[in-house]
Amino acid sequence: MPTTPSSQNRSEPPKAPETADTADGRAPLLGRKAARVDRLAELMGGREEGGHGAGVWRTALDRMRRSPMAITGAVIVAVFIVVALFAPLIAPYDPVAQTWGAEVFPNRSVFVGPRAENWLGLDNLGRDQFSRMVIGARQTLLVGVVATLVGFGVGALLGGAAGASAVLGGRWGLRVDNAVMRVIDMMLALPTLLLAVTVAALVGPSLTTVMIAVGVAQVPIFARLLRGAMLSQGSRDYVLAARALGVRKRKIALVHILPNSLGPVIVQSTLTLATAIIDAAALSYLGLGNPDPAFPEWGTMLADAQRFLSSAPQFAVYPALAIIVTALGFTLLGEAMREALDPKLRK
Amino acid sequence: MSSSTPLLAVDELSVVFDGHGSDEVRAVDGVSFTLEEGRVTGLVGESGCGKSVTSLALMGLLPDRGVRVGGSAVMRLPEDRVDLLTLPQRRMRDLRGSQLAMIFQDPLSSLNPVVPIGRQVTEILRRHRGLRGSVADREAADLLDRVGIPDPKRRLREYPHQLSGGMRQRALIAMAVACRPRVMIADEPTTALDVTIQAQILELLRDLVTEEGTALLMITHDLGVVAGLCDDINVLYAGRAVETAPRTPLFSDPTHPYTVGLLSSIPRLDAPRGEPLTPIRGSVNDNIAWSQGCAFAPRCDHYTMECLQGPPELVAVGTAAGVEGGGSGGASAGASGAGAEHVHRCVNPVRHADVADQPVTESPAVAGGDEEEAQG
Amino acid sequence: MLRFIVRRLLQLIPTLGGLSILLFVWLQRLPGGPEYALLPDDATPEQRAELRESLGLDEPVTVRYLAFLRRILEGDLGTSLATGRPVTEEFLTRFPATFELSVTAMLIAVAVGVPLGYLAARRRGTALDFMAVGGSLLGICTPVFFLAFILKVVLAEQLGWFPSAFRLSPGLARTDLSGLVILDGLRTGELDVVWDGLLHLALPGVALASIPLAVIVRMTRASVLEVVGEDYVRTANAKGLHRNTVRTRHVLRNALLPVVTSVGLLTGALFSGAVLTESVFAFPGIGSFIYEATQTRDYPVLTGFILLIATMYVIINLLVDISYSLLDPRVRAQ
Repeated sequence: MPTTPSSQNRSEPPKAPETADTADGRAPLLGRKAARVDRLAELMGGREEGGHGAGVWRTALDRMRRSPMAITGAVIVAVFIVVALFAPLIAPYDPVAQTWGAEVFPNRSVFVGPRAENWLGLDNLGRDQFSRMVIGARQTLLVGVVATLVGFGVGALLGGAAGASAVLGGRWGLRVDNAVMRVIDMMLALPTLLLAVTVAALVGPSLTTVMIAVGVAQVPIFARLLRGAMLSQGSRDYVLAARALGVRKRKIALVHILPNSLGPVIVQSTLTLATAIIDAAALSYLGLGNPDPAFPEWGTMLADAQRFLSSAPQFAVYPALAIIVTALGFTLLGEAMREALDPKLRK
Repeated sequence: MSSSTPLLAVDELSVVFDGHGSDEVRAVDGVSFTLEEGRVTGLVGESGCGKSVTSLALMGLLPDRGVRVGGSAVMRLPEDRVDLLTLPQRRMRDLRGSQLAMIFQDPLSSLNPVVPIGRQVTEILRRHRGLRGSVADREAADLLDRVGIPDPKRRLREYPHQLSGGMRQRALIAMAVACRPRVMIADEPTTALDVTIQAQILELLRDLVTEEGTALLMITHDLGVVAGLCDDINVLYAGRAVETAPRTPLFSDPTHPYTVGLLSSIPRLDAPRGEPLTPIRGSVNDNIAWSQGCAFAPRCDHYTMECLQGPPELVAVGTAAGVEGGGSGGASAGASGAGAEHVHRCVNPVRHADVADQPVTESPAVAGGDEEEAQG
Repeated sequence: MLRFIVRRLLQLIPTLGGLSILLFVWLQRLPGGPEYALLPDDATPEQRAELRESLGLDEPVTVRYLAFLRRILEGDLGTSLATGRPVTEEFLTRFPATFELSVTAMLIAVAVGVPLGYLAARRRGTALDFMAVGGSLLGICTPVFFLAFILKVVLAEQLGWFPSAFRLSPGLARTDLSGLVILDGLRTGELDVVWDGLLHLALPGVALASIPLAVIVRMTRASVLEVVGEDYVRTANAKGLHRNTVRTRHVLRNALLPVVTSVGLLTGALFSGAVLTESVFAFPGIGSFIYEATQTRDYPVLTGFILLIATMYVIINLLVDISYSLLDPRVRAQ
C-alpha cells in the first residue's frame, strides 16, 4: 500500500529523538549532525574488530588457536619437550643400572611387567623401562632438533642463494641458480634413508652419524622449498616496486623477499622434526644408530626390542608408541600451521 | 498480474551464508526482478553486492551446505511452470544448459584446461540434444563459427590455453547457446577482456538476444556495458535492490544516491579537461545492516537521521521511501510484474526539488556542497 | 613430444655425472682407501698391491675417475665382499622380487588411496574424512619396519593367515620365465603359484604401501578439494552435465595430476621402505641384500645400490614427467 511518504517523513525527525536523545533532537544544526555521526558510529561499531590489518602470523595464530589439530599437536609437543628437558629430574632411576637384573631371564621368557616401583616394568637386562623412556626422550629430541637444524641451515643457505640469484642476479644469477639446483636434484635422487645410510656408512655408527645423516637428507627439501617460495615472491609487484625505487638488491632479498618466503620453510621444519625422529629409528634398526647403551634412544630401543617381539611385545610397544605419538604431535602442529598460513584457506 | 506471465519471475530472493562460528551473512536480501524474452535485464553494483550470488542461486550452483536460499524464481517452461529454487537437483541438471545457461567472468579459469575445446562443446550437445560422433562435431564447429571463431574445425582440437582471451569467451558463449536456452545469465562476461574484444562480445550477446529471443540477465559493475546493452536495470547495494528502472530514466533521472554516485564516477569524454572524477567514498565493507537503516548511509553524502532508523522500503519514484521501523506504514514494493517501473529504496532521494524539508537543508552542512552536482 | 623426451634425457647427464663423482670421492675417502673397501679384510698385502695396480690407483685422479666411470658404464659394479659374486649379477637375480614387491605396494597405495582421498574430500568433515586424514597421518608417523613387524607377528605368526617369510612356499615347483612370480604363473597357467605368490606378497606389500598410501590419500583429498572449487567445475555443472561426467572428466582428471607427480617422488621412499620391509619378511630381493650389506659394510654393494637407486629414481621420474605431459596439455606446449 503506497502512501504519501513525504509528509510522513517530515513528521519523522521530531518523533525519532524521543526514543534516544530528546535534547539533541531539538538542538541546532551542529548538534544534530553530531547525533547522526554518533548513530552511524554506533551502527557500524562492533564490526571493526576481526577486520583487516592484523599480520599474517597473528591471523595464523588466531586460526590455530581454534583448530583442534593444532591444539592436540601443541600439547603433545609441549609434553615431549618438557619431559626431554627435565628428563634427569623426572626419571626415577638410573637408566643404565641393571638394578633388577636378577629378576629377568630373556632366554626363558621371564620378564617383569609394570609394577609399583617400575611403572613400565623392566627391560631385558633388568633396567627400569620408564627411566629409559624418559631419558630416551631427551636423546630423541636432540636427534630431531640437530637433524632439522642441519637440514634447515644448509638447505636454506643453498635454496636462499639460488632463489636470490635467480630473482635478482640477472643472467649470471640464473646460472648460479641452475648449478645449485642441479646439485639439489642430485641429492633428491637419493632417497632420504639411503642418503642417510651413505653418510652413516661413511662416518661409522653413532648418534652424531644419525643426526648428520638425517639432516643432510633434508637439505634438498628445504632448499627447493625456500627457492620456490622466493621465486614466487620475487615475481610479486612489491619486489618490482622496491627495485623501481632503487632499493639495493641485497636489501630486497634479505628484507623483502626472504621474510615473506619463510612461512613454508618454518612449516617444513616442524614436519621435519617428525621425519627425523622416524628416520632415526629406521637407521637404528639398520644398525647405524647409537651403539652406546648408556644413552638410550627410542629408535635404538625399538630396534633392539624386535628380538623379543613375540615374547615381550611391550619392549617394542613403548618406544614405538612414543615415536608415533611424538611424530604425530609435530606433524599435526606442522599441518595446522600450513593450513593457517595458506592464503587459499584463509577467510 | 498481467495476462502474459514473465519468462522468469524472481521474487524476494534471499541467500544467507552460515558464518563459520561468526555471524551469518545475508549476501542477497529480498531481490525481485523479472526476465522477458528478447530483453536484457541488468544487475549492477560493486563487487560484493550480491550480483554473482543471485545468478548462482538461480542456476542452483550454490554449495549444498552452509547456504539458505529463500523466495521464489518461477520460470515458464513450454509445458509447465517451475520454481527454480525448490526444484530437485536432478531436474535442475536437466534444465541447466538446455533452458538456463550461464557465461562466466573469467574465461580461462572457466574452461577445463586438460580437455580440448571440442570435447567441452560436444559434451553439452550430447547431454541435452543426444548428438554423438561426427554429427556432434559438425554442430560444435557450427556453434563456434556462429560465435565468430575462425577456423572452428582446428579450434575444436585445441586446448583452452592455446586460445586468446576473446576466443575463450566466445567458446564459452558457444557452449551457453548450444541448446538455445530461454534464459541466459552473463556474469561480468567482459571484465577479463580488453576493450575492443569487450565491444565485440557485447555485440554478439545483443545479436543472440534479438535473433533467438533469449532473455539475458546481464551482471556487471560496468555502467558503460549497461548503457549499451540493458533494457531494464536493477542497481544492487549490499544484497538489496536500491533502484530499478528502464535504461533511459535510470541514466537521465537517477534518484538513489548510490546510482548517482556510480554514474558520476564514470569518466566522460565530454567533460572539461582536468576535471577530477567523483568516486563514491569508502568501500563496500563500510555499510550497516539493512535492519538498522540504509546500508549505504555510511558512504552517502545525503544521509539523515531517518536513514538510520530502519530499513527503507522500495517505492515508486516521486515518493520517498518510508522506514519500516519508524511506524510510518512504509510502502511495499509497488512494482508488481514488469521491471519497467522506476522504483527506488531511499528515504532521501536525490531528486527532490519539490520538497524543501529540513533534512535537505541540512545536507550541505554535512556533505559540503555535493548537492548541486547530484541534482544536475 | 620426442624433443621433450630427448631434452629430459639430456638433463639426466649432469645429475648422474655428479652422482658418479660423489661416489668416486666417497670410495676414495673410505678408511684405508678403495683397496680396503673392495677386498675382504683378510686380504694379503700382495692382493692389495695387485688391486691398486689393476685399479690404476697410482694414476692421476682424473684418469682414475674416468676409469671408474668406464667400469660403471660397462655395468661393472665390483664384487660383493660377502658373497664374492659380481654386484651386478647379485642385483639382477634379486631385482624381479623387489620389482614385484614395489609394484604391488604402489598398486595397493593407488587403488586404495585415490578413492579414499576422493571420498574424504567429497564428505569433508564427516567421520570418514576424519578417519582417512587421521589414518594417513598415523601411517606417515609409524616407522615402516615396526609396522612390518606387527603385521608379521600378528597376522602371520600368531593368526597364521599369511606366510611370514620368502616369496613362495618352500618346495613349490614353478616354471621360471622372467623371475616375476605372479606374471610367470599367469603366463604358464600355474595358478597355485600365483595364489601362493600373492599370499607372500600381501603383508610386505601392505607394510611397504603404508607411506605411499598415506601420502596419496592426503594428496588426492587436498587436490580434489581444490579442483571442486575451480571455475571450470562450476561451468561443467552449469552445462547440466551428469554428476558422474563432472566427477570423472572435470574433477578427477584435474585432481589426479599432482597425484601422478607424487607417485614419482614416492619411489624414493619406496626403495628405502623395501630395504626395511624385505629384511623383516626375509623377502629375497635387493632390499634384504642391502640390509645385510649395511650390517657387514659391504661397500661395493652399497655403492652399486646407490647408483642403481639414483638411476631408477631418475628414470621413473622421467616416465612420470612424460605421462604428466600426456595428461596435461599445458606442459606439452612449453
